[in-house]
Amino acid sequence: MDGIIKILYDMSASMILPTTAAFVIAAIGLNVHFGFTGLLNMGQAGFMLIGAYGFAISIGAGLPFWAAFFIAIFAGIAFALILGIPTLQLRGDYLAIVTIAAAEIIRMVGRASILNDITGGSNGLTGESFRNPFAEMSLFGDGQTQILWFEFDNTGVNGWWSRAVTWFMVFLFAAIVWLLMRSPWGRVIKSIREDEDAVRSLGKNVFSFKMQSLVVGGVLGAIGGVMFILPTSLQPDAMGRNMTFLIWTAMLLGGAATIFGPILGSIVFFALRLMVQGTMRLIVPDAWMNIQQTEQFSWIMVGVALMLLVIFRPQGMIGNKKELNFNV
Amino acid sequence: MPTQDIAISLTDVDKRFGGLRAVKNVSMEVRAGERVSMIGTNGAGKSTLFNLIAGVFPVTAGSVSMFGSVVTKQNTAKRARNGLARTFQTSRLFEQLTAAENVFIALGGRGLGWKSIFPASRLAQKWTRVAQLLHTVGLSTEGDRRVADLSHGEQRQLELAMALAADPKILMLDEPAAGFSPAERQQLVAMLTALPADITLLLIEHDMDIALQVADRVIVMHDGSKILEGTPDEIRASQVVRDIYLGGGHA
Ligand SMILES: Nc1ncnc2c1ncn2[C@@H]1O[C@H](COP(=O)(O)OP(=O)(O)OP(=O)(O)O)[C@@H](O)[C@H]1O
Ligand SMILES: [Mg+2]
Repeated sequence: MDGIIKILYDMSASMILPTTAAFVIAAIGLNVHFGFTGLLNMGQAGFMLIGAYGFAISIGAGLPFWAAFFIAIFAGIAFALILGIPTLQLRGDYLAIVTIAAAEIIRMVGRASILNDITGGSNGLTGESFRNPFAEMSLFGDGQTQILWFEFDNTGVNGWWSRAVTWFMVFLFAAIVWLLMRSPWGRVIKSIREDEDAVRSLGKNVFSFKMQSLVVGGVLGAIGGVMFILPTSLQPDAMGRNMTFLIWTAMLLGGAATIFGPILGSIVFFALRLMVQGTMRLIVPDAWMNIQQTEQFSWIMVGVALMLLVIFRPQGMIGNKKELNFNV
Repeated sequence: MPTQDIAISLTDVDKRFGGLRAVKNVSMEVRAGERVSMIGTNGAGKSTLFNLIAGVFPVTAGSVSMFGSVVTKQNTAKRARNGLARTFQTSRLFEQLTAAENVFIALGGRGLGWKSIFPASRLAQKWTRVAQLLHTVGLSTEGDRRVADLSHGEQRQLELAMALAADPKILMLDEPAAGFSPAERQQLVAMLTALPADITLLLIEHDMDIALQVADRVIVMHDGSKILEGTPDEIRASQVVRDIYLGGGHA
């Protein structure tokens, strides 16, 4: 019985983690790219990482929170422009290849020992080196608070403050994307996803619309990266290809081209994985699978689930099948 | 020598798709305000010629001019902004958007301006124009329906509204009557004859009645080449045209 309660607690706790919210922000960005515009960005983790570095290094250099935050946003914009200018004129696959490569380059450069003094090399940067300005902005004061069965520090490293701010951002950005996609701009974006040549024949500058979309989604990726490291630390390897893959999975699970898809998908995704892992721990004897193996098994299940999803429910949990002819 | 009065001018235009020579050494001129129909059997190269004029793909050889300036190297969007609008042989509408939204996107300009990131009410004038265009093609009451839910005929009408949305100087329609009922054909002819006199119309149409009724001049394509060109009466009387159409087995 205790075991089941523990699983349920872990699952519910994962749903409100600030890192889950940060991940959702990046997924909302990817959804702008892929779900709404049809852009194959295979390096969303690279946007997170460049935002995270931009922020952490700026704080380390003594800049105030907002300056560092805007530098992170600016880094996301610059990254989008650098990737988009050469590729968005070409067929969709080129963006995919270039984003994979560029995200890896950011990670490799960040890990390079020659940059140890700035990026911390492969160890990354500790949370203490950049989190204080954010904690100092807390409106929640000291002490601990219990809400439902959760008890956390009000401010602290990983407390209510970072949960509140990051989830607030999730809903703010979801609302902004919702409004954008109902605007004339959003209609052009969606029509580009459906048939970009037809949009060209109407005289529209498709390249510039795609570029704008890449920037919007990329900035969300960069902000996601900042919020992802605030309650933890900056580990370059935590924002590698794996992360991009997880963001894609969560977005597709929830439903691409929907507003709540990335949010729902991310929450369900992390909770389900914990459920699989926790249940395996409970019912499978250690002699068959030890703790590392149950974790690996849960990831294998993630892969299988993704395959089944794409085959049987390509529109995701709440997506609209008609809206997603993946003609990219 | 191309001048301002020549809306479209092709000089020795060739188009190859790999081993297939779809357009062979075609030269032609369309005067501003002229109504020209293109006829010819399936695979004659009519749609390909449209695509070359619109800049969908580059010519293999030859040159294309619009209103006296060479546009051979210009991309589709640029040509569209310079006054060229076209429809496609098979509809290419944005099916997940409403009829009105489709027309909205087709309104002129390379973008929509920065205001376009706000909800649509801020662009009231443009929506008025959209409503007018829908009315012109007989879709006044269909504006809020999703294109995927429109009938085939309604979709073709909508394409016309979109083609007209940017106030084009040149209008190119690729088989606009395909799939239309006789009544809808009548409407189409009425609409085409009512177009402002300064619009240049280039029409591909298998329906001979429509093609000959609307046109000042007819161009006959066959097997990639322009084989004949004349007034509707000359085309009606032509033995060559009869031979092609009987030989080609086309209705
Ligand atoms: N994008 C393309 N790639 C390869 N071949 C093509 C392409 N477009 C057209 N063709 C070929 O070029 C030839 C001319 O085709 P086109 O569509 O221009 O004919 P058409 O006169 O419009 O015929 P229809 O009356 O059937 O529409 C055909 O043999 C066609 O298969
Ligand atoms: Mg054709």
